[in-house]
Amino acid sequence: MNGYSYLLKTLRFSRRSLLGGMSVGAALASAPSWARGGNIAQDQPIRVGFDELRGDVIDLSVGSGRRIVEGRRGMGVAVNGTVPGPLVRLREGQNVRLNVTNKLKVDTSIHWHGLLVPFQFDGVPGISFPGIAPGETFAYEFPIRQSGTYWYHSHSGLQEQQGHYAPLIIEPKDGEPVKVDRDYILLLSEFTPLNPYFIMSRLRTGEGYFNRQLSSWTDKYPMNAAERRMWAEMRMMPTDIADVSAPTYTYLANGLGPKEGMEYLFRAGERIRLRLINGGAMTFFNVRIPGLPMTVIAADGQNVRPVEVDELQIATPETYDVIIEPGNAEAYAIVCESMDRSGMALAMLASRPGARAQLPALRDPPLLTMADMGMNHGEESGHGDHSSMDHGTTPKASSHDMAGMSMRDTSLLPPDVEIGPGLDMVSMAPVDKTGDPGLGLRDVPHRVLNYRMLSALEPNKDVREPSRLLELHLTGNMERYMWSFDGRMFTSLDDEPLRFAWNERVRVKLVNNTMMAHPIHLHGMFFEVVNGQTPAHQPRKNVLVVQPGASASFDLTANEPGDWAFHCHLLYHMHGGMMQVVTVVGPGEGS
Amino acid sequence: MKSSLFIAVALTALILQSAAFAQHAGHEGHGQSTETASPAPVNADDPHVGHGSMDHAAMDEDVSPGPLSETPAPPEAGSGPPRAADKIWGADVMAHARHKEHGKHGNFPVLWVQADRFEAQLRQGNDGFLWDLQGYYGNPTSKLWLKSEGEGEFGEGVEDAEIQALWSKAVDPFWDLQLGVRQDVAGPSTTHAVVGLQGLAPYMFEVDAALFLSHRGDVTARIEGELEQRITQRLIVQPRAELVLSAQDVPQLDIGGGIDKVELGVRLRYEIIREFAPYVGVEQTWHVGNGADFLRAKGKDPSTTNYVVGIRFWF
Repeated sequence: MNGYSYLLKTLRFSRRSLLGGMSVGAALASAPSWARGGNIAQDQPIRVGFDELRGDVIDLSVGSGRRIVEGRRGMGVAVNGTVPGPLVRLREGQNVRLNVTNKLKVDTSIHWHGLLVPFQFDGVPGISFPGIAPGETFAYEFPIRQSGTYWYHSHSGLQEQQGHYAPLIIEPKDGEPVKVDRDYILLLSEFTPLNPYFIMSRLRTGEGYFNRQLSSWTDKYPMNAAERRMWAEMRMMPTDIADVSAPTYTYLANGLGPKEGMEYLFRAGERIRLRLINGGAMTFFNVRIPGLPMTVIAADGQNVRPVEVDELQIATPETYDVIIEPGNAEAYAIVCESMDRSGMALAMLASRPGARAQLPALRDPPLLTMADMGMNHGEESGHGDHSSMDHGTTPKASSHDMAGMSMRDTSLLPPDVEIGPGLDMVSMAPVDKTGDPGLGLRDVPHRVLNYRMLSALEPNKDVREPSRLLELHLTGNMERYMWSFDGRMFTSLDDEPLRFAWNERVRVKLVNNTMMAHPIHLHGMFFEVVNGQTPAHQPRKNVLVVQPGASASFDLTANEPGDWAFHCHLLYHMHGGMMQVVTVVGPGEGS
Repeated sequence: MKSSLFIAVALTALILQSAAFAQHAGHEGHGQSTETASPAPVNADDPHVGHGSMDHAAMDEDVSPGPLSETPAPPEAGSGPPRAADKIWGADVMAHARHKEHGKHGNFPVLWVQADRFEAQLRQGNDGFLWDLQGYYGNPTSKLWLKSEGEGEFGEGVEDAEIQALWSKAVDPFWDLQLGVRQDVAGPSTTHAVVGLQGLAPYMFEVDAALFLSHRGDVTARIEGELEQRITQRLIVQPRAELVLSAQDVPQLDIGGGIDKVELGVRLRYEIIREFAPYVGVEQTWHVGNGADFLRAKGKDPSTTNYVVGIRFWF
């Protein structure tokens, strides 16, 4: 490894780079000026990794160029010439002006993911602003009213898949309450040599096009003939875990492929804060560090009561901050398997440059089960042994139960759901599964994070009982690749928004009538996940994963006026129609 | 006619289903381990279900179930489409932006073209060729389809060829209703009105059934069914059945009333990439009833066995 690439790979952003003599972070503080908003012409090679920008005025430039990851080439979209783009580091209480220049041939935008901003600076073309035309510079201006780990990305077309994403960290105005020796960012994403519009088109025209783990006569899946027949009868695939995965994707850690040696230095006994950001377009990652527990201290930028786990599933676009305390091993592997286990992103905690821990093999790919269709007749057995939540609903038993059972009993839906070809399944008995650690992690023999383990550290300000319930159904048709809320795909023209009165407190219940997990993201506001905690300690988040065939709820105080995007954050699901607008009427504006 | 269509679909399904069951025979042995793959859903009312080092004290307090049934938004929530940005950036600018987004989200159209069968047919006597192409342009529920099928013998030229143009509308999550015209461009020139149903039947059978009314008033029907069975991720066996029915004898087209033709075949393809797969196969065709007599009168064999070599491709 030459010195230059080593610098990129061991990038640290903390100014408190006191340890280890020669600090990589200090070396990077003198990054060349061209990396700070300078021009990059078309087709320039895109660098890997990210620089750091801070201050009251920050210049960002969006351009295109060539990317190479592990020898695979593709076109990319980069902010300030790098993928990921530069770390924007802000301080709570400051005002910031972000000048974004578009050097692409098409419109672009930046959405500040998780940030509380005036809606017109939220960065969603057609909803919050017109978008940024080629050659134009758009100035975002807003005060910073929060702290924590966030990120930013394009909300135009499919640019996010091409590399238009970057971390954004806000320091609390009173200093970090958590004292650590090192503070690292791990931004997970994907690289593909394919044009994202080609991917979108193939999702519509091909069946399981990107899945190389489909069931076959020679597979090793633990399914018997009756189960296989049942899935075929339903016209569904139990292997439908991820729509796009490896080998189409190479999974990235801070822009580097698993063989490209992303590395974080440590000394035994140090306390390290690792800020996990899932900047992927379509991937849920299962993150673990064999030999090291992780203490989760923040979710989606908001502090939670510390909870120690051995593994966690991070959906796109969630963020989790974890504390790790490496011991005497020479190195520890940060293993980030994709949920379908087709590949992994990889980073190393290394006690010296080049130190490597042994890598665990990819685990067997998981399968969907009848419970993922909302067939929950085994639910009462959910008590008892919590470590292996694998009893109750057996697909084997279910196969004969299928007779006389409808997978699409539309009488179970409320009348405001539009019933049409875009809805191929109705969850039979959706139950709240905020306690589900996620597909593939339900039966692992160690501690895995789930939403019920999250508890807000600072009490919530608004603990009113919600005055009404809004039930929203996540709907779709896998075969046609249509996705929607309440059976209505987003049109961007004449959509009926989800309307909230000023300061209204509403419980929003999301019911997933599909066999895929959907990470539903609300712009502009935090909501509190209804997870069994008291109202004061329901965790604040801006993303809520709704498990297949299940439900999940959040409480929202509608106190940020304007129009806000609300969508599934799987990029091709959003693009395929699973998007809507949330309108919060400002004080005094109600009719 | 409707009932005979239904019977024909059922027949096709029955034939192909046997192949489906054959697939599963090899997997009986895996049954024991199924339990591990199935989760027990978590009970929402059980505050202890999240384990690990969570704070139980906080969770043992009574948590209100919250509002249990959906109620409409209050009038203060306003009405109408989302237009907050109009006041800041201008209504015209935002309308333009929304139209730009409209073309890209949700119901945007795609183009798809496929040669399901594009093959040489080797048989005793004169070797022949066959094409079976289809394609569409449209959004997920509304499409314009073009289909073409034809065959002939090497050296003799094209014997049968047709082109169909169909408007297609989704009537169900898995089924499209198709309406349009078919023009026979080889043999006696014939124009047909077409009503068809194309989609995915339970057990993953791809079915294309169509009823044809010719300009001479003849009613015929054709039902095709295919099943894809993966042996590996790239090696795929595809049984196929086709049934041609007719309400009357059509001597010009060598069609006999009732069941006119039954075709059963199986093709084995290797997907070099998903879009491009060479294949080999065998197909048996039986003309029955009066149709068989028409062929015999022309000195043709009403029963043919073809060994086929071809390429399946799409984009």
